[in-house]
Amino acid sequence: MNIQFRDRPEQAPAASVKTAIADCDIHPARATPTELGPYLAKRWHEHLQTYGKHAYQGMMEGPPYPKAQPNASRRDAYPPEGGPQGSSLSFMQKQHLDPNNVALGVLNPLATGQGIRNQDLAGAICSAINDWQIEKWTARDSRLKGSVVVANEDGVAAAAEIRKRAGDRNFVQVLLLSRNVEPLGQRRYWPIYEAAQEIGLPVGVHAFGFGGNPITASGWPSYYIEEMVGHSQCQQTALASIVLEGVFERYPKLKMVMIEAGFGWAPSLAWRLDKNFERLHSEVPQLKRKPSEYIRDHIWWTTQPMEDPERRDHLFELIEWIGWDKLLFATDYPHWDYDEPSRVLPAGVSDTNREAFYLGNAKKLYGIA
Amino acid sequence: MTAPIAAGVDCDLHPAVPHLTSLLPYMNDYWRDQVTTRGMTDLISQSYPVNSPISARPDWRPAQGKPGSSLEDMKRQALDPYRVSFGICNPLYGVQMVFSEDMADAFCRALNDWLVKEWLDKDERLRGSIVIPVQSIEKSVAEIERCAKDKRFVQVLMLVMGDMPLGKRHYWPIYAAAEKLGLPIGVHAGSNYHNPPTSVGWGSYHIEDYVAQAQAFQTQLTSLIVEGVFARHPNLKMVMLESGFTWLPAYLWRLHKFWRGVRMETPWVDRAPLEIVRSNIRFSLQPVDAPPDPTTLNRLLDHMQSDELLLFSTDYPHWQFDGDKVLPDGISPDLVRKIMIDNPFATYGRLKQPAIKETTP
Repeated sequence: MNIQFRDRPEQAPAASVKTAIADCDIHPARATPTELGPYLAKRWHEHLQTYGKHAYQGMMEGPPYPKAQPNASRRDAYPPEGGPQGSSLSFMQKQHLDPNNVALGVLNPLATGQGIRNQDLAGAICSAINDWQIEKWTARDSRLKGSVVVANEDGVAAAAEIRKRAGDRNFVQVLLLSRNVEPLGQRRYWPIYEAAQEIGLPVGVHAFGFGGNPITASGWPSYYIEEMVGHSQCQQTALASIVLEGVFERYPKLKMVMIEAGFGWAPSLAWRLDKNFERLHSEVPQLKRKPSEYIRDHIWWTTQPMEDPERRDHLFELIEWIGWDKLLFATDYPHWDYDEPSRVLPAGVSDTNREAFYLGNAKKLYGIA
Repeated sequence: MTAPIAAGVDCDLHPAVPHLTSLLPYMNDYWRDQVTTRGMTDLISQSYPVNSPISARPDWRPAQGKPGSSLEDMKRQALDPYRVSFGICNPLYGVQMVFSEDMADAFCRALNDWLVKEWLDKDERLRGSIVIPVQSIEKSVAEIERCAKDKRFVQVLMLVMGDMPLGKRHYWPIYAAAEKLGLPIGVHAGSNYHNPPTSVGWGSYHIEDYVAQAQAFQTQLTSLIVEGVFARHPNLKMVMLESGFTWLPAYLWRLHKFWRGVRMETPWVDRAPLEIVRSNIRFSLQPVDAPPDPTTLNRLLDHMQSDELLLFSTDYPHWQFDGDKVLPDGISPDLVRKIMIDNPFATYGRLKQPAIKETTP
């Protein structure tokens, strides 16, 4: 993690020497507020001008917890032609995709229609973002793949948007955020899972989002660090809900990716679920197997922000409990808590596991040859 | 099986209030009248439905009445078999759910006095936690000061899910009073249900609420650490009760990483989170959320990087283990001694003092 501006030496293109990687969490941004113009009906432009996004949080502009840096992004990631970090394809290629030899980059747009209360507006913005991902990004760089964003609180409309993208190889997953009006296992979200399973895309659940609930079970905390650390708790309860509601019994081919919320908590959560399921299974008869088995079979995890114990044997044990086949490398480019590809894995990992971690698992999950 | 040793401390026992009417003798006329005239119902929290399997071990369930409501049962099922020198009573009666601070205050006073008369006076091994009307900081401090005169109260008890994160400055007068009187703050699983029981809203199931306790402990630890509670109160101990602990190492790795990244936001945090946990935070042993094989558990204990964090507990009468397997398989005799004796005595200073009442509360 960098918080101070560092004058990073310009990296020469090194695709021929560096091992290829997948980056499963890249955040593309709009260069100007009007960039969605061509993709959004006039009616919605006027609506946004007049009423704003009317989200599940109080601030008209910006996040309720001020980020650590402008746009939560690296200060060295501003494109030379202007615009916020992550808004220029050519600069992303020059700064990140080329020097790090990113063979597969999964785009996760964050400022979308998710978390907007008016579901018609949410759906219109999400659909526009999906078109924008193709035209601005994936059609211009075949390494980049998009995520279908949807009006998350309107399951039926979301499912229609997902089906609209069926067979479009510009997209490799459906994207949700972890904080919604209800925990993600609830039935209002099932049409999303049904449609994703039907068109064969995994559902990614990225940290963040607004659903109107306090972001801890004891109300609103004070600091940005609490929100950031707390994403792992939000993700844990969202995942517990998905498992306990029986989503994977109902949609047995559904795969899900936990994005940017850590993975270190996974074993303990699975053990806790199993232990209590043993005693309380009569309450959740929809589950035919132990909670940990659904997690093992259906869940993948992106790595950033990578857990960073002092001792590397602790990290290796943790990963073994989860499975080397379940981790997907991610940098979170261009955000400030970016993980540098060459520094996240300590020495002592077998070539097979290293390849799976950096590239193989992602290619397999996302169906990239 | 790992055998318990004698003279330990059971840090989490739950004596049950039979019914709200059991507290009537400990209320004043006004509140006695309120309870009866208004037909108030028993304060049973959704966190522990009486008949839920986890609320009582099957072989600890009494023929009638609430599990944990009989001292004789507690002696026979927990105090005697584990040969403890002390057992700390943490009543989980639902007084925190009440919205009126006056009502909460009356009920807490009654509950604490009931604990003294019906439990502490009847078995000299028993010690108590002061339940506070957290709806009012002033009243909470007053109740701590009132009860602390009885040295058999060894801790202040709060729930892990409340109105606000526990690190908030709002609560600090409680921590100042506790630190001054040598009382750790025990934070126990459970919610007042004034907020949804998870950070992403209301789940459908009891099992979901219970699993979510662990995540609530995690967010509370973050709040307590980053708000600077332990910079202000370096001698204050906090004990996470029925929290689980196997989540701790990975949680701390994450917190540490973010703290290094954005510590400019909370510059008063003067030590690394792991150091703060080592010096100020403890965890009750049960529940052990880990697979039954000793290898994995021992790796987890190694990841915790300290043998001073765990305090022996049965969580009586909750169902956390079967038979005599209160200690997990395969832990070393040294660690057994630490968990059962050394760590609890180092945490609860008042256990070393003679239990003499200065005045009748």
